[in-house]
Amino acid sequence: MSDKKDIKIADAFKDGKAFIGFLTAGDPTIEKTVEYVLAMEEAGCDLVEIGIPFSDPVAEGPVIQEANIRALSNNTNTDDVFEAIRQIREKSDVPLVFLTYINPVFYYGYDKFFKRCQELNVCGIISPDLPYDEKDEILEVTQKYGIDIISLIAPTSKERIQMIAREASGFIYVVSSLGVTGMRSEIRTDLESILKDIKEVTDVPAAVGFGINTPEQAENIAKVADGVIVGSAIVNIIAEHGENAKEPLVNYVKSMKDAIS
Amino acid sequence: MSRGRFGVHGGQYMSETLMNELLNLEEQYNHFKEDPEFVEELNTLLKEYAGRPSLLYYAKRMTEDLGGAKIYLKREDLNHTGAHKINNVLGQCLLAKKMGKTRVIAETGAGQHGVATATAAALLGMECEVFMGEEDTKRQALNVFRMELLGAKVHTVTTGSKVLKDAVNDAFREWISRVDDTHYVIGSTMGPHPFPTIVRDFQAVISEEIKEQIMELEGKLPDMVIACVGGGSNAMGAFYNFLEDEEVKLVGVEAAGKGIDTEFHAATIAKGELGIFHGMKSYFCQGNYGQISPVYSISAGLDYPGIGPEHAYLHDIGRAEYVSATDDEAVEAFEYLSRMEGIIPAIESSHAIAHAMRIAGDMDKDDIVVINVSGRGDKDVAAIARYKGVELYE
Repeated sequence: MSDKKDIKIADAFKDGKAFIGFLTAGDPTIEKTVEYVLAMEEAGCDLVEIGIPFSDPVAEGPVIQEANIRALSNNTNTDDVFEAIRQIREKSDVPLVFLTYINPVFYYGYDKFFKRCQELNVCGIISPDLPYDEKDEILEVTQKYGIDIISLIAPTSKERIQMIAREASGFIYVVSSLGVTGMRSEIRTDLESILKDIKEVTDVPAAVGFGINTPEQAENIAKVADGVIVGSAIVNIIAEHGENAKEPLVNYVKSMKDAIS
Repeated sequence: MSRGRFGVHGGQYMSETLMNELLNLEEQYNHFKEDPEFVEELNTLLKEYAGRPSLLYYAKRMTEDLGGAKIYLKREDLNHTGAHKINNVLGQCLLAKKMGKTRVIAETGAGQHGVATATAAALLGMECEVFMGEEDTKRQALNVFRMELLGAKVHTVTTGSKVLKDAVNDAFREWISRVDDTHYVIGSTMGPHPFPTIVRDFQAVISEEIKEQIMELEGKLPDMVIACVGGGSNAMGAFYNFLEDEEVKLVGVEAAGKGIDTEFHAATIAKGELGIFHGMKSYFCQGNYGQISPVYSISAGLDYPGIGPEHAYLHDIGRAEYVSATDDEAVEAFEYLSRMEGIIPAIESSHAIAHAMRIAGDMDKDDIVVINVSGRGDKDVAAIARYKGVELYE
């Protein structure tokens, strides 16, 4: 059904605040990844980030590191991840983006990788080790296939915020805190001022991630941002419930989506 | 093309969180390296604290035994803390202090870089935390205690394959979490720009001295310089001032572990492919859709799946040649130099010696080979005993 439609990241932000969920493909299995993405969409997830597992996820905290290990110990590879997307696309038009370190993409071949993204309607790529300064690495190819490079902005970005935001496409991923991914009890960064800087130069929506896990945190973030990104809390549910995580995932996503609606 | 390139290699493939810090580091480094006060302070430390210049020693017995080229040993093993690592660490810690940092972190494989960083931090009154793979804390238990003795906190890294690569991962994770007051003292010519350049510059004193010393001793440049290569800092230091002297052959020796045709090696140039990891584009041991491969070497210091971007470039343009030596060859060289010259070399440096032993006999008696003995082997004695099946009780 998807190849007739043009799915866009903007779709995720058109009806109010977006809830963006993350999971690592192949954790616990590729079949379950398909099931969980579809379940999260039904529960109100507006956009799903799909992690391609990597041996050395340097920007991740322990929860997502372990998900990478579980996925790789099942021998999940990039073609398996594309196969999961193909199956998701048989049933769903939910906007999807990849979260991947750049080496697996480089190894697969940029042209082959982004062509496959276009065929399967994967709208964008988030790469934690491809900063603004290195985006020429893939820019030409992503433009050729109409894939957005999702820009990251960190609490330390300061005068880089507007430089990055001006050239952003898809959405902007605002990193809430210093450090690696993982649940945090409080977020102290002055997100309001970062978002104000962004809004001065672009209309591209900005979502906040890193450390968010409770509905209260999500509600507070949604007051200043266009969307809320949750990774470790979702991956933690999958770690805990393995192949039976569908119901707790649905309940969790509903509670988070309700909190920001 | 972005900053810090060596041909296609290098770059700054890093988290946005660290980008401003990397840009700041580059700016500060460019400022201080031209600052006479900084240069003077560093030179004084190198001379009066680290013990530079290190000797260039004519290995007469080894030369006669191998029956070919004249062999000189650059004695980096005689530096304070017993390895070349101190050159880079004094430079970076002094720079960090000038930048207003109060805390340094470091990764370590064999423990030499960790010990050197802990030493410099003690000297300069800075806080120090070292990340070391669990496997390496076992192989090099004495160095863990040594670092603690120097006031450093040692974090045992239990993720991944629990060796050097994983220690680098966790050091980056720590830096991303606390960047304001902390400098990450990367121990080799690797990582994102400006590290490969900074580390090379601080290690270039090795080739600067070799050049002066050999001109004085022999009145001519060496025909060949040999150094072991993991990330590549001692080799880059030994090569750098000879890059323009094309008649000087530069040879890097990688760790072939149990053989480059087995899965158990760390020979990046021989077996790796172009990739992007730890902030740089370079060659990496990888496979299975771009996953970084576990690597192996008897030497914890060479047990790294990548190589510094400048080495990758020197390989591409043919300016340096990269070969490898197995565990067995390195152990043989370790014992050989100990008996032949009364010098116990680090197991890392033993890889370079092993290559010299292969080729020196076939060279002319007029030829001069310089081997960089990057570190001393006291730290390896217990591991070599284990390798040979000898039980030691302390």
